[in-house]
Amino acid sequence: MIRTPLRPLALILDARAKGENPDVIERENLRLRHEAMRDKAKSRADSRLKLLVVVVIATFVVIGVRMGTLAATEPVEPRASVHGTEILASRADIVDRQGRVLATNMLTHSLYAQPRDMVDPARAAAELARIFPDLDAATLERRFTDGRSFLWIRKVMSPEQMQAVHDIGDPGLYFGPREMRLYPNGTLAAHVLGGASFGAEGVDSAEIIGTAGLEKAEDARLRDPALAGQPLQLSLDLTVQATVEDLLASGMKMMNAKGAAAILMEARTGEILALASLPDFDPNDRPPLPTSGQPSDSPLFNRAVQGVYELGSTFKIFAAAQAMELGLVGPDSLVEASAPMRWGKFTIREFQDHNYGPQATVSDIIAKSSNVGAAHLALMIGGERQRAFLTAMGLLDAPKVELVEAPGAKALIPDRWSDIVTITAGYGHGIASSPLNLAAAYATIANGGVKVTPTLLHGLARAPGPRLLSEKVAADAVAMMRRVVTEGTATLADVAGYEVAGKTGTAEKPKKGGGYDSDKVINTFACVFPASNPKYVLIVTLDEPVETSGPEPRRTAGWTAVPVAAEMIRRVAPLLGLKPAPAGANDGPKTPFE
Amino acid sequence: MRPLLYLSTAVIVMALAFWAYRENYATQAALRELANLQDEIAGLREDIAMQRAEWAYLNRPARLKELATVNFDRLMLLPLEPEQLADGKSAAMPVPPGPATAADGGTLVITGAANTSGETGGTAGKARKSDDVTADPTDKAFP
Repeated sequence: MIRTPLRPLALILDARAKGENPDVIERENLRLRHEAMRDKAKSRADSRLKLLVVVVIATFVVIGVRMGTLAATEPVEPRASVHGTEILASRADIVDRQGRVLATNMLTHSLYAQPRDMVDPARAAAELARIFPDLDAATLERRFTDGRSFLWIRKVMSPEQMQAVHDIGDPGLYFGPREMRLYPNGTLAAHVLGGASFGAEGVDSAEIIGTAGLEKAEDARLRDPALAGQPLQLSLDLTVQATVEDLLASGMKMMNAKGAAAILMEARTGEILALASLPDFDPNDRPPLPTSGQPSDSPLFNRAVQGVYELGSTFKIFAAAQAMELGLVGPDSLVEASAPMRWGKFTIREFQDHNYGPQATVSDIIAKSSNVGAAHLALMIGGERQRAFLTAMGLLDAPKVELVEAPGAKALIPDRWSDIVTITAGYGHGIASSPLNLAAAYATIANGGVKVTPTLLHGLARAPGPRLLSEKVAADAVAMMRRVVTEGTATLADVAGYEVAGKTGTAEKPKKGGGYDSDKVINTFACVFPASNPKYVLIVTLDEPVETSGPEPRRTAGWTAVPVAAEMIRRVAPLLGLKPAPAGANDGPKTPFE
Repeated sequence: MRPLLYLSTAVIVMALAFWAYRENYATQAALRELANLQDEIAGLREDIAMQRAEWAYLNRPARLKELATVNFDRLMLLPLEPEQLADGKSAAMPVPPGPATAADGGTLVITGAANTSGETGGTAGKARKSDDVTADPTDKAFP
């Protein structure tokens, strides 16, 4: 471009010749130049603005179109990626400690109707009632014809039933795929597993939610999509659980009990190997909650966890252990034991009005199960310390385990811990606790005095509990319990080779109006084995048992719970891989195990 | 020169279009196949889950117990008893027939003649490694 000079010589000369001011020409030219520059800048800014507008509009159009297409199209899974096929089960399986299935999911179908599409509602209703006997043809037909557009008929059904419904051929009947929870072992470990049912239901699927037991307590874990492919491993052992349930059922029948519970626990870890409560139920077809009568008589009631009983003489070992821990007595110290003992308006008697006094060693008090001796031990300890110790052992709280029922099973303790409470608590009366708490407390003794917390999950990394008893006291307590079996009230539990050490407990049931019912008892046998190196804790509780083989009915634990527990140990210990100690090994050094 | 350039450009564009068309359909076919495979995998997984459930159902302890009772005359299965477990040392082990060989490991002395380990002199007939005596199948079954 040729730049126009501001002072063109020809015009200047011309202006000078005419006597005009040549600066006017310069100013005029400068003005023209500035105008040109301004116009240029304006047009450039104009075009830039237009471009910007176009870009902005285009961007918004693109975004709008994309949003529109996203909103208008069906959502599709990103199929090009290989992920997402791993997880199919909506709820994680539950397996036992060896990986055997306890609960899994099964694909089945639900049945629903859209009555508007139905050809012959009357016939369909009649046919459905024939296939599913619990449906009523008349009700079904009324529902088909009252103008509704959707109706659930069955939540789940078997393939045979599905085929039969298919054969009706009515276009208004639809099937929806659906997963259901399956407990392949039936009633096995029913109280642990609890049960599951459907939550929010759609025609394509339904969510499974836990309704009781572990299924409910661990619901969040089981439903976690990130862990759905990983089964939840329980500490239960299928074989051991089946054996325990079997023997408990036959024991309950033989002893004419109306209920029974058993807990087998690893003493070191607190892992529960078997937890049984009878009568039981099938979690595949969980019965409804009872609407009348005692809730504790329902098969749904978990006696091992929810049952809060006065556990009787099984508590004496705690009084003895604490007294030894406090240095008040040793195993062979003599303690006042003359019966009957009077305390205010109360009289404490021994079983069948025996008298083990005037004095007895602590070891004898446990072996012979002296109420008076235990009462004196409790008085030596004092109420406050006794209460603190029993609380530390976990006996005065609700059991802590991964069951939704556990927090509800609060121990029953008197409001005021008076002297008479101290005395009765010494021999396990006046306070009531869950058998699971008892198992944990015995496991604490068997574990050398380090507190054990029960769990139903296998292989949890847990910090060891606090030490409640010194190792020496714990060993002495186990030795005392061994004497109970070799020469005391539980001689029927002396299973050859397994050095059972335990304590019996017989508690009369409280009557409704007050006082106790001598014909209705709770028999408990709590034991650890083998005594030389305690590995397992077994609790057997029978509700209202009576042993009738003798001339008169016998209701003490030594005749009812103990033989049942003995048979359990005899059958279960080999399953646990525990070799029996050779005969006579008890006298020698403690080596045969490990 | 210029017509040639136009012609070659047109040919290249057509070739690319053809290539893109084929790629498009190949991709779609691959996606369909993938979808089918994933459906198949899902179906197979469902089957596995069902088989596992069935296996667990058929192996439930109550049924096994019943089967053991029904077939007792053939199988003679009884519950495991403590007497069936014992320490290896308490079992009377039969002396294995024939001389032991060096393959058993350790220092072995074979009847009279050959000395395989080169340490001890072969003098007194049969000698066996003491570990052999205590080896017991029950030990292995329950580690």
